[in-house]
Amino acid sequence: MKILVPVKRVIDYNVKPRVKADGSGIDLQNVKMSMNPFDEIAVEEAIRIKEAGKAEEIIAVSVGPAKAQETLRTALAMGADRAILVEVEDGVDVEPLAVAKILKAIADEESPGIVMLGKQSISDDSNQTGQMLAALMGRPQGTFANTVEVEADSVTVKREIDGGLETVKLTLPAIVTTDLRLNEPRYASLPNIMKAKKKPLDTKTPADFGVDIAPRLTTTNVSEPPVRQAGEKVADVDALVAKLKAMGVA
Amino acid sequence: MKTLVWVEHDNSELKDATLSVVTAAAKLGEVHLLVAGSGCSGVADQAAKIAGVGKVHLADDAAYEHALAENVAPLIADLMGHHDAVLFPATTTGKNIAPRVAALLDVMQISDILSVEGGKVFTRPIYAGNAIATVESSDAKLVITVRGTAFDKAEPAGGSAAVEAVSGPGDAGLSSFVGSEIAESERPELTSAKIIVSGGRALKDAETFEQFITPLADKLGAGIGASRAAVDAGYVPNDYQVGQTGKIVAPEVYIAIGISGAIQHLAGMKDSKTIIAINKDEDAPIFQVADIGLVADLYKAVPELTEKL
Ligand SMILES: Cc1cc2nc3c(=O)[nH]c(=O)nc-3n(C[C@H](O)[C@H](O)[C@H](O)COP(=O)(O)OP(=O)(O)OC[C@H]3O[C@@H](n4cnc5c(N)ncnc54)[C@H](O)[C@@H]3O)c2cc1C
Ligand SMILES: Cc1cc2nc3c(=O)[nH]c(=O)nc-3n(C[C@H](O)[C@H](O)[C@H](O)COP(=O)(O)OP(=O)(O)OC[C@H]3O[C@@H](n4cnc5c(N)ncnc54)[C@H](O)[C@@H]3O)c2cc1C
Repeated sequence: MKILVPVKRVIDYNVKPRVKADGSGIDLQNVKMSMNPFDEIAVEEAIRIKEAGKAEEIIAVSVGPAKAQETLRTALAMGADRAILVEVEDGVDVEPLAVAKILKAIADEESPGIVMLGKQSISDDSNQTGQMLAALMGRPQGTFANTVEVEADSVTVKREIDGGLETVKLTLPAIVTTDLRLNEPRYASLPNIMKAKKKPLDTKTPADFGVDIAPRLTTTNVSEPPVRQAGEKVADVDALVAKLKAMGVA
Repeated sequence: MKTLVWVEHDNSELKDATLSVVTAAAKLGEVHLLVAGSGCSGVADQAAKIAGVGKVHLADDAAYEHALAENVAPLIADLMGHHDAVLFPATTTGKNIAPRVAALLDVMQISDILSVEGGKVFTRPIYAGNAIATVESSDAKLVITVRGTAFDKAEPAGGSAAVEAVSGPGDAGLSSFVGSEIAESERPELTSAKIIVSGGRALKDAETFEQFITPLADKLGAGIGASRAAVDAGYVPNDYQVGQTGKIVAPEVYIAIGISGAIQHLAGMKDSKTIIAINKDEDAPIFQVADIGLVADLYKAVPELTEKL
């Protein structure tokens, strides 16, 4: 079985995003970029499935600018076997629907048993791509995975839902999206980072797959949310109690 | 515009999350509801009473009992032949199903809207709420998820819509429900609680969390939340997590105890009316958003607070 792992290059989660003064978007100039944290979890899970002898090959895919190669090299250094970059011009945003169409085309060629994605990217927070891909492929989806167990022709996914946890069983091929507690991703070791430089990385374009990436949504403005002002510090618990009472809370 | 709203329920009770979505849908046009489930006609009756609702579609079929996306998405896609927009609450159920419907319809979903600015123009948070984007759709049909805290709840009573049975393709044969672990609790649900007491990594372990946070929450009749760090460390279950990748809450009062205030946490609670922080580090970022801050060791301050309330 092959596992396809789409990985996205996003602003590093430690960086506080700044809105551009002209309202056209987020300033990504000279900002540290990293692999979307949920995608690191997806790569890790794929590697664990392979290490357990249940998969033979892991293919990492990214749709993004040339620099997304770095993200793919990270996936290769962690343990993916080969990578595909679907390159778009720097600054071009590809919406989840178009990403899902590209992934569908790649899945048609590669026939993976599982496509393992992040549940959401921390940039656009869309939380859509995996579910869209599942619809386009006509295959089942196990979103927000907390535990994944691969069997011969099915995968059992325990999902993090609002009230707690839910378990579903999906026939393969299936789409899985990762939640935070699925695993703790490994760090790539230096020798593996060196080895990753020699692993195959193919470059394609959306046109190679016949996918139109023209956006359906137009962002007309990006603004700062209202800023909350720091309030006051109280001296002790008695003062806090007085405040709460004044608010009618106690 | 004719809109369809996904009704969130557990086959017996309609969930509050539905009511804010009805308010958002009413800004677009006529509101129809979809109750999909099994043995859920009672929910349809509750749905019909929501003020401002034109019609309730009831799809009662064993295949829809657990709202498996593989089964309900085709049903909704069919109904979209007669509707211009479908709206879901941005709950885990809504987030699971909506994109599948969008892809079946070949449209781009608009996630987590904060406001309706026009027929096809909406605002939504991006980058953990550090920016608000205004987006306009060019698609013929709209698929939307709605942030509950951004819209008032529609009145659950006063309406008298007709209930109409509909049927869909049923079981897609791709997935099955195995089981669930849902904590039964008398406590208010996080997304509708008026007061939330939230604990962070500083609480050390599950027993300590329970010992210090629970009595205060009990005293206040509050819901209990947590930071990701507290959930990851196993102090509390996953559904307690507040934040960018957990639950988005906006209670009257949010009390953050031993939580540093990482941007991912703030993304989930910074629209609370009053934020109170108790932290021993006076430079903790949480104090930058707190209306009332107390610099103190929680192990002394929290029991004292609980006692004096
Ligand atoms: C103002 C603004 C500025 C933006 N600037 C940028 C920018 O500079 N760069 C940028 O990349 N996006 C940018 N975006 C986002 C972009 O427009 C798309 O909406 C976004 O790439 C897709 O949404 P998502 O990643 O949130 O999808 P989600 O559905 O949340 O992603 C879920 C998962 O799908 C997979 N996935 C998603 N996208 C890709 C991909 N491209 N390649 C491989 N796997 C993927 C990953 O596994 C990911 O974890 C911006 C958006 C706005 C509104
Ligand atoms: C992809 C991604 C998604 C994430 N999503 C979320 C999310 O949805 N929600 C979320 O919360 N986090 C999220 N995080 C994690 C976030 O970045 C922080 O790591 C987390 O919020 C920290 O939790 P904390 O404040 O409890 O712990 P810490 O940052 O360790 O803070 C503990 C605080 O307790 C204080 N303290 C210690 N002892 C005492 C004492 N005795 N009395 C009083 N105060 C004390 C300390 O001063 C400190 O400020 C996410 C991270 C990533 C990468």
